[in-house]
Amino acid sequence: MRSWLFTLVCIAVGAITYAVMRGVHSEYLFVAGYVVLEFVVLATAWNILGGYCGYVNFGSAAFFALGAYTTIFFHKAYPLPIPLLIALSAVVSGIAGLGMGYLTLRLRGAFFSIATLALAVVLQTLVVNWDYVGGSRGAYVIRPQALSAFGLTIPYVEYLFLLMLALVVIAITTARLIERSRLGFGFATIRDDELAAEASGVPTLRLKLIATTLSGALMGMAGAPFPYYIGYLQPASAFGLEYAVNSIAMPMIGGTGSWIGPLVGALLLGTIQQVATVTISSAVNLLIVGLLLVAFVIIAPNGLVGFVTQRLRAREP
Amino acid sequence: MDFPLELLINAVIAGVLLGGFYIAVTVGISIAFGMLDIVNIAHPAFIILGSYIAYIVNAQTGLDPILAGVLMMPVFYVLGAAVYQVYYLSFERRGQEALRGLAFFFGILFITEVGLVLVFGVDYRYVEASYVGPALHFAFIDLPYRLLIPCILSLVMLGVLDLFLSRTFLGRAIKAVSQDQGALALMAANPIRIKRIAFGISIATTALAGAFLIIIQPVEPSVGREYIGRVFAIAVLGGLGSLPGTVIGAMLLGIVESITATFYGPSWAPAVAFGFLLLTLAFRPSGLLGR
Repeated sequence: MRSWLFTLVCIAVGAITYAVMRGVHSEYLFVAGYVVLEFVVLATAWNILGGYCGYVNFGSAAFFALGAYTTIFFHKAYPLPIPLLIALSAVVSGIAGLGMGYLTLRLRGAFFSIATLALAVVLQTLVVNWDYVGGSRGAYVIRPQALSAFGLTIPYVEYLFLLMLALVVIAITTARLIERSRLGFGFATIRDDELAAEASGVPTLRLKLIATTLSGALMGMAGAPFPYYIGYLQPASAFGLEYAVNSIAMPMIGGTGSWIGPLVGALLLGTIQQVATVTISSAVNLLIVGLLLVAFVIIAPNGLVGFVTQRLRAREP
Repeated sequence: MDFPLELLINAVIAGVLLGGFYIAVTVGISIAFGMLDIVNIAHPAFIILGSYIAYIVNAQTGLDPILAGVLMMPVFYVLGAAVYQVYYLSFERRGQEALRGLAFFFGILFITEVGLVLVFGVDYRYVEASYVGPALHFAFIDLPYRLLIPCILSLVMLGVLDLFLSRTFLGRAIKAVSQDQGALALMAANPIRIKRIAFGISIATTALAGAFLIIIQPVEPSVGREYIGRVFAIAVLGGLGSLPGTVIGAMLLGIVESITATFYGPSWAPAVAFGFLLLTLAFRPSGLLGR
């Protein structure tokens, strides 16, 4: 499928999703849906580096929080519209990803992963000690009840949901575009055999830096509207471990090979978690994610998507 | 204002004692990551597990927490050997340890932490022992027993491990497995068995390290996360797989953290370890005593 056509299809699917959810007349649906979509963006962003290049990023929460705190910073300095904040967050998190990659990507993959864990803690310590953005006390963001534009008035939650839906479309089309470009093939050579790729003249460091920058920027974009969604941001919630674990677990469970995997994984796991949070408890739902992650990496290394395609191929004569 | 020399000396001494404890925390990673090339980021989770077991035993029977830690070491050894077996069969044999193996350990870390939250809640737990409160005093120097005892015992544990690794056949085989598996197989030693034993030992050290931890500070399930940075910072700083390097790295980090906490406030301390780690990775990835 052509890329522009694919983008149109994505937008159409998004529009239909919104229309259907609008028809249900439940604000809760948008509140829960926002979180699921947020995870779709995070999982897709993680997969650009993790799935395509084979570098594990444990610091998704750091990039996410960087986006969220960029919003807080500008919210305090000068109130800007959210789409602009999203763009700013993308720049900040992208630069963080680039710097991070530059420091550690010349080393073996494991060092990169450990360094990403380190980044999350360093950033959290900085934010806790930085009073301007609220420090450890946290910061409040008062959001309007509703948004009026073009003569239409929609509740603010729906506006945030629509923004996240747009981010999902951006993330997925970016991921698919990468898969089918020279960039994607370059990434795949790094994943499969970095030494051989390097020897064949693939500019591995530059490609890896592109991947970390893109991945970081997308994660930052996912975090930018978060303060408006939650209303009160504190370091512990912005740097929550659930972001790190979910953005790894979702692509792993869905399948890391293509853009479909993170999407499937995030929709499935995100929905399960929303249901489990309401019906059981939020600690139990994190336990479920952890157990599913371990079970899937052991039993189905190629995720759900890999499992299904394998089945389909086996059925062919 | 004149320079608070006494404060500085006390901070340095507290840092040395803390560094001693960090040896116990890190020595397992020096074996697993440094010698076996297994990136066990769940290592701190096992330490916290050790802390909670010491806590339960102490609260139920009044047994000394360190003794409880020593008694738990064989159990942790078996646990470690079992984890390695799963890791080997699922990832190492298929050559997938880079991506999925890491995710596997991350999952274990996460499951342990959430499991402990579900069972014990997020309250801080502590142990009762005669040496938790008092301290030795020399002039203006304070040596709290709760830091002194873990420090000395950590050094003992390191000494025993170093003797084991350099004097026995099994120990030398563990060192050899990191260098040349094929050659080791020719010496009639099964590399997988050697690795299983080594990983078991690595996890066994966490039982004792966990007991030390809960003596030094009250523990809650997420404390482990701070230690991820510490253990890897120390292991990488000292030079992977080098036990003397581990001692140097641990002492260095302990002293710098203690000085930071004394002069700038404890809320900055966690960033020190990770800052160290990032700088080491950026400028000298092979560590101070690296191969």
